[in-house]
Amino acid sequence: MTSIIDFLTDLILELLLLIQTIKDIVNWELLIRTLPRLLEGAKISLIISLFAVILGVTLGILVAIGRLSKFWPTKALASVYVAFIRGTPMIVQIFIVHYGLAELGIRLPAMASGIIALSLNSGAYMGEVFRGGIQSIDMGQTQAGLSVGLSPTQVFRYIVFPQAFRRVIPSMGNEMVTLTKDSSLVNFIGIAELTYKATLAAARTYEYFTMYIGIAIVYFAITFVLSQLLASLERRMGPDDSNSQPGKGLRR
Amino acid sequence: MIQIVNLEKAFGDNHVLKGVSASVSPGEVVVLIGASGSGKSTLLRCVNLLEIPDSGEIWIDGVDVTAKGVVKHEVRRETGMVFQQFNLFPHKRVIDNITLAPKKVRGMSAEDAEELAMDLLGKVDLADKAQSWPHQLSGGQQQRVAIARALAMQPKVMLFDEVTSALDPGMTGEVLTVMKELAADGMTMIVVTHEMAFAREVGDKVIFMHNGVIVEEGPPSDLLANPIHEATKDFLSKVL
Ligand SMILES: Nc1ncnc2c1ncn2[C@@H]1O[C@H](COP(=O)(O)OP(=O)(O)O)[C@@H](O)[C@H]1O
Ligand SMILES: [Mg+2]
Repeated sequence: MTSIIDFLTDLILELLLLIQTIKDIVNWELLIRTLPRLLEGAKISLIISLFAVILGVTLGILVAIGRLSKFWPTKALASVYVAFIRGTPMIVQIFIVHYGLAELGIRLPAMASGIIALSLNSGAYMGEVFRGGIQSIDMGQTQAGLSVGLSPTQVFRYIVFPQAFRRVIPSMGNEMVTLTKDSSLVNFIGIAELTYKATLAAARTYEYFTMYIGIAIVYFAITFVLSQLLASLERRMGPDDSNSQPGKGLRR
Repeated sequence: MIQIVNLEKAFGDNHVLKGVSASVSPGEVVVLIGASGSGKSTLLRCVNLLEIPDSGEIWIDGVDVTAKGVVKHEVRRETGMVFQQFNLFPHKRVIDNITLAPKKVRGMSAEDAEELAMDLLGKVDLADKAQSWPHQLSGGQQQRVAIARALAMQPKVMLFDEVTSALDPGMTGEVLTVMKELAADGMTMIVVTHEMAFAREVGDKVIFMHNGVIVEEGPPSDLLANPIHEATKDFLSKVL
């Protein structure tokens, strides 16, 4: 017991020491001077992420519907797409969209390529999230919807999807956070976003540690705020009501 | 009103309905009894096309709903169903559970649909719960809302599949009372239940199913008191 406490105390001391070291190595004065330029990059990162999230969620819903459809061509298409995205590195996907398409004569501005590549990537993961959510809704809900005369499309739209959406908000949030972080990869096709700006500044000043610690803080701030927003959205939507089952529903 | 002709349904190797024929007259209350697994739910679910029979015919009001070209959800508008598990829509308030289908399927205005819903909630004695969420209601209350939801489509027939089986014993009465009133109003009903007192009191006809066939049917006073077949006697001796 005491040895564990000793160990933990040591560990905490080591960590404090490390933080102290970082604090000393980082050139704060330079970082603060460079901050406006970094934030310009952060704005680009946010714009890219925002578009990619919106398109990714939309695409994800379509992919989920595709994978769950009984029509095999749609099912196959959606499955192949998801498998391809999940089985290849994101940076390769970005290069394919930007440089690959250019060779085929489709020359997109880097910004467009970046947004498209991130959306395609996130669409596959969001698709899996939505598929799980839709499948988790009790069959009884579908049957009740059908039994009052709603068409299968109406059952999906008014009964199954709203419940599934509510249920996947936490996973969707995780995907959004991941996507925001991964947006840093588009610096490789020359988009002047946050990571790109930091790399430039670091190369100019040779203060690599300062710059990358700096943008780490910015990325963290962005994802932290995003997480908080999602958590509050979740709270405002009320408790997950999967408890229409007898037994659970008996309390008043 | 409803004619079921030689209905067959199998799930893989499991032959669940082996040529079932039955008829229900307008305003009649038919009580379907039988051991668990005998095919009662499957028969009921075939009537509103939640299951598609392999062969045979189901005529509702002169239309063969098993015929090719029949749109399933159009058939289901005419048949209300209440489930053992209530299956209320948990993301919608009580009133919105009821108004959804009249609005989206019948194209009723929000105002008319709400008026209809309040009227039905009054009938099942839950007018004060219109703005509640399903999870705030007791099981018996949820089931009464489910009945109101089905009635809102003004169906030609109501199908009840063991609607009191998931309830605490103290709550079956309130649901059965609503069903009795419905029967007294002249609603055509097919009721799967183990409540033999209900069958005796409300049923016009009792049908006993065993292993996918109708073994015996007749007025409750005859069938429940003097069953002819061994299987019927056996079943009744267990539930009565
Ligand atoms: N969707 C289904 N898929 C496969 N088997 C089913 C399905 N529904 C019912 N069955 C089977 O059909 C048989 C009859 O079931 P059911 O109609 O529910 O009987 P009951 O309502 O009389 O208890 C059972 O053996 C059950 O396992
Ligand atoms: Mg059953």
